[in-house]
Amino acid sequence: MATITVDGVRHVANLARLEFNDEETAQFTEQLARILEYIGKLNELETDDVPPTSHIHPHQIFILGSEEGARHVAKQDTVKPSYPIEEVLANAPEPEDGYFGVPRVVDRG
Amino acid sequence: MSLHELTAHALHEKLKAREISAQELTEAVYERIAEVEPHVKGYLTLTKDIALEQASRADAGFQNGDEMPPLAGIPIAIKDVICTKGVRTTCGSKILENFVPPYNATVMTKLHEQGIVMVGKTNMDEFAMGSSTENSAYQITHNPWDLKAIPGGSSGGSAAVVAANTAICSLGSDTGGSIRQPAALCGVVGMKPTYGRVSRYGLVAFASSLDQIGPFTKDVTDCALLLNAICGSDAMDATSVDVPVPDFTQALINDVEGLKIGVPKEYFTPALDTEIADSVYAAIAVLEGLGATVEEVSLPHTEYAIATYYIIAPAEASANLARYDGVRYGYRTENPEALISMYKKTRSEGFGEEVKRRIMLGTFALSAGYQDAYYKKAQKVRTLIKSDFDAAFEKVDVIATPTSPTPAFKIGERTADPLQMYLSDVMTTPASHAGLPGISLPCGLVKSGLPIGLQLLGAPFAEENVLRVAYTFEQNTEHHRQKPQIQTNGDV
Repeated sequence: MATITVDGVRHVANLARLEFNDEETAQFTEQLARILEYIGKLNELETDDVPPTSHIHPHQIFILGSEEGARHVAKQDTVKPSYPIEEVLANAPEPEDGYFGVPRVVDRG
Repeated sequence: MSLHELTAHALHEKLKAREISAQELTEAVYERIAEVEPHVKGYLTLTKDIALEQASRADAGFQNGDEMPPLAGIPIAIKDVICTKGVRTTCGSKILENFVPPYNATVMTKLHEQGIVMVGKTNMDEFAMGSSTENSAYQITHNPWDLKAIPGGSSGGSAAVVAANTAICSLGSDTGGSIRQPAALCGVVGMKPTYGRVSRYGLVAFASSLDQIGPFTKDVTDCALLLNAICGSDAMDATSVDVPVPDFTQALINDVEGLKIGVPKEYFTPALDTEIADSVYAAIAVLEGLGATVEEVSLPHTEYAIATYYIIAPAEASANLARYDGVRYGYRTENPEALISMYKKTRSEGFGEEVKRRIMLGTFALSAGYQDAYYKKAQKVRTLIKSDFDAAFEKVDVIATPTSPTPAFKIGERTADPLQMYLSDVMTTPASHAGLPGISLPCGLVKSGLPIGLQLLGAPFAEENVLRVAYTFEQNTEHHRQKPQIQTNGDV
């Protein structure tokens, strides 16, 4: 397994929509490298023929075609009332005319 | 005993006999809060107005002679990661400081149907990421047994308020041990049900394939009563499982004759505190003396559980926490200039250090070029860990281990070293990977006076085996009767 560099931390921070100053970047680089080194112990295990577990009761969400899966997953496609707009917008930082307000993303041209 | 010291089932008898009112009981709990909460700091929000109103509603039912549910009028605290309609739900994070959910989590709807009294919302590690509750953006919670020690985490507030008698019982959530470990460190009963037993609807998501809600109580009987109240499949959570929910109180049988208890040798390593090992072995001997068969089992991939956990949980968290972008709810940076920089500033200012560390770790583990080496590798090792348990449960009914390798450590002792903190979860994460039900219950004190937890694990949906062994142990020992003396004379 690879380790992580300062540039790697900057790249990952951008992917995660986070930003750090130089000091924080250095600290995260050191801490993440140490954690990844510990995680490297997983390479002691041969896992080529081992299937991955993404969910502990996989029949439930993945075997949609089966009768059992369908019993667990499918629900009636009925129309139900949604939350009123005022309630949904009550927690919004900048609600505007019934919408979520954000900084302008398109130039007026 | 004072009312706040009693169990829910004892209080129910008094309420039913109309020896006491829910109003009196609620007042007694808030008096206790006034006395010790400044020292323990287990609550982020108190909901006394709501509580008194709920208490009077319960009293009306009891006075009417209605058939009242076992938790009617019982003061219960809720971890601040569970959405409570109209009551601020912060997840211990500044980014949700002013978030007021427009809906109740399914567990809250179920508890309100029982007629509970909601005391307040409890402190926690931010977004349930931590093992000491020191990652809360708001306050440090103190262990009632030693105010200089941590209560465990991430549900440290929910554990501490039950130990401090500032709630009769509480709800927490467990992703890698966040109910069982603080229960052990605070000397109370805490249980993580099987993954899928309890709806996660309204539980703010951390790691969706692991998260599960469960109870903190003063004894195993109350644990069964709370499980009865919260379990069951839910159309609002596709991962809740549609299996029959038994009456868990039927599993409270004081007899382990014929049950097989497995003791995994991999948990008794040199890193385990010797007093804890002795106490857990003594507990197993008690169960053997009561007729259980004890045999050694092997869970060979135990040592890989932490490494696996610290890929899977952060990876899922990095996806789940992408929603906090300052657009729809929660904190937004002041004077944002453009959309992307608004996201970055909002998240960087709103999240605490541990949350950022896990988002970074998870984003890295899922990033192009690393996903197979990290995330997929961890998912494969998760299969191996689960297979270990499957094989063990072919032979035994319940597995007994310590809950935590050490008793409660001092506040500040492990904050400088994230990896050291992660290793606190070494005894609890394996069962989380396998989705198993697990309980922690008191089994003694170390010489310095801090509690020790016995962890009992069952096969998926075999909560009844776990409860039966826990109940038998409790009925035949006195450990659960030991209570902390909170030092209220020190500095606040």
